[in-house]
Amino acid sequence: MIESLFTAQVLLGILTSGIRLATPYLYAGIGETFGQRSGVLNLGVEGQMLLGAFAAFYAVRQTGNLWLGLLAAILVGGLMGLAMAFVSVTLRAKQGISGIGFFLFGLGMSDLLFQTLLGTVQTVSGFRPLAIPLLSRIPVLGPVFFNQSFLVYAAYLLVPIANYVMNHTTLGLKIRAVGENPEAADSLGVSVSRVRYFTVTLGGVFSGLAGASLSIALLNVFQQGMTSGLGFIAVALVYFGGWRVWGVLAGSLLFSMVNALQLWVQVLGLPIPSEFAVMMPYVLTIVALVVAVQRVRPPTALTKPFVREG
Amino acid sequence: MNKLSKLAVMILLLALAVSACAPAATPASPTAPPAAEPTDVPVEAAEPFRVAVVTPSANNDLAFSQSIHDAIVLVQAAMGGPENMQYVISESMFVVDDAGAAIRDYASQGYDLVIAHGSQYGGVLQEIAPDFPDISFAWGTTVDTFGIPNVFAYEARSEEGGYVNGIIAAALTESNVVGVVGPIETGDAKLYVDGFVAGVNAGNADAQVNANWIGSFGDVALASEAAQTHVGAGADVMAGTAQMVVGAIGVAKDNGILWLGTQASQTALAPEIVVVNQIYDWSGIILEIIDLIGQGTLGGQSFEITLENGGLYMEYNPDFDLPADVRALADETVQGIIDGSINVLP
Repeated sequence: MIESLFTAQVLLGILTSGIRLATPYLYAGIGETFGQRSGVLNLGVEGQMLLGAFAAFYAVRQTGNLWLGLLAAILVGGLMGLAMAFVSVTLRAKQGISGIGFFLFGLGMSDLLFQTLLGTVQTVSGFRPLAIPLLSRIPVLGPVFFNQSFLVYAAYLLVPIANYVMNHTTLGLKIRAVGENPEAADSLGVSVSRVRYFTVTLGGVFSGLAGASLSIALLNVFQQGMTSGLGFIAVALVYFGGWRVWGVLAGSLLFSMVNALQLWVQVLGLPIPSEFAVMMPYVLTIVALVVAVQRVRPPTALTKPFVREG
Repeated sequence: MNKLSKLAVMILLLALAVSACAPAATPASPTAPPAAEPTDVPVEAAEPFRVAVVTPSANNDLAFSQSIHDAIVLVQAAMGGPENMQYVISESMFVVDDAGAAIRDYASQGYDLVIAHGSQYGGVLQEIAPDFPDISFAWGTTVDTFGIPNVFAYEARSEEGGYVNGIIAAALTESNVVGVVGPIETGDAKLYVDGFVAGVNAGNADAQVNANWIGSFGDVALASEAAQTHVGAGADVMAGTAQMVVGAIGVAKDNGILWLGTQASQTALAPEIVVVNQIYDWSGIILEIIDLIGQGTLGGQSFEITLENGGLYMEYNPDFDLPADVRALADETVQGIIDGSINVLP
């Protein structure tokens, strides 16, 4: 019976679903990686995603213009990130608590806006799958990898770009320095506040895009609380990935593929209770997380507000 | 484990909790269903009858919470308006402890009937109700009153419409593969899926019906992928239950796959593919409960909405061209369930 899992139809189905499911994790996880590498933990990702999802959906609903939807998500996510930066960097509030506060704000505000401006669940015509010429015609794998929506491609393109910025640019060096030893970075003339403002705001922008990827690309609907914990999983995936962009990609794909696998396990009627199937991605991620965190050191200044001495 | 690794595990557990605690709402009709006729309701009461409702999501969510809101509004109209029946609602109480505080608060204020609309509220209701023996409480969806004399329970026999939808799906499928997406294998969601599977099996011995549960009432993205799984498995007719199915309906719409709804009219989301919806109408049992309270009975009874009592009914999409023989088959099935000649889940 287990052999039924290893057919081309099922394996390609898992791959395709996994690629789609990983998209919001990639945006949110990469944004969070920038923040955490600079020393700021933002637990408000979920709230930023919800507001980004709503802003994008509403803008598209009102204008019919998908790019305006993206812009709305970027602006709203950026504003939320800026607010988080103000609270955690300037006011030096406890990052964990303030992040939860921003999550609850995003949850409540997106609900209020939904009820006030939309009233009921509606749909929009979002980003359609975009076949890449030639590549999408590659037998079997072409439709899986090269017939996705723009926001899916952009998420995967973001991975090497973010990795390059983080590891091969002066900006990346400053971010890492501020997250590892802010006092030393400060003594060398790097503005710790400015770098952290930048990374946390950038994280907000990516969280907004993560929400938009759901509401105007993958699902084309907005519903209250529709992120349903995705933002928190994205934060966990940063730990899972060892604060490295490629690690976040690996974690996102693993979590998403296992989620897709459990859906197929049920459809194929394999003798595993649905409760166990649903637990699979979480259990696997917790195990991998515990193992990963044991061998990778987090940024030294993570969660520690910077206070210039003297 | 160091401090940060503990934090990491806590974040993941928080994610799991947020995911699991998503509002257990299920799609509801945008148009109000017909109200049951009032009988002995206390319309001439000197003091208005006061009803408070606590729901897990918003009252305009096209969902489970809206279904009870619509019903109470109809009951209020049937009783003669706000002069005779006052109604308040606490929405979006997806945190059970918050809902418990609201339920206790309404009971303290002396509301005549406090409705906890969500099976997740059972635990807190069991603690609160005995502290207010003069207040009547109702909760659903369940049939369990806990043996507490001031608690009513209400349930939707959703397997009935599920079976009818299954019969329709069996008749419409050409690929002989049908898919159904569920949230968590419990309550009226489980009843619906069980009924749907039984209906497909009864209607078409060659048809294969695949079910998957996503473990959440709110994860729209995972519901969407669950539907994609059915598409990948060759389904050409799909169904699903609970709030998150809007994600699955989107997939059905994109792939031109027929959709059979439940709990509410989902036609507006995809008029080209929605065939029929099983609608919940709670107004009849709410009137019955108010009637009982007027007679001095504060609880101890459970109620069900069924096809027979009109609490459940099939609403067909007028824009979908359903073949006449399939419609006749569906009507016969409804009649068979009502007269008892069809036993949905033997």
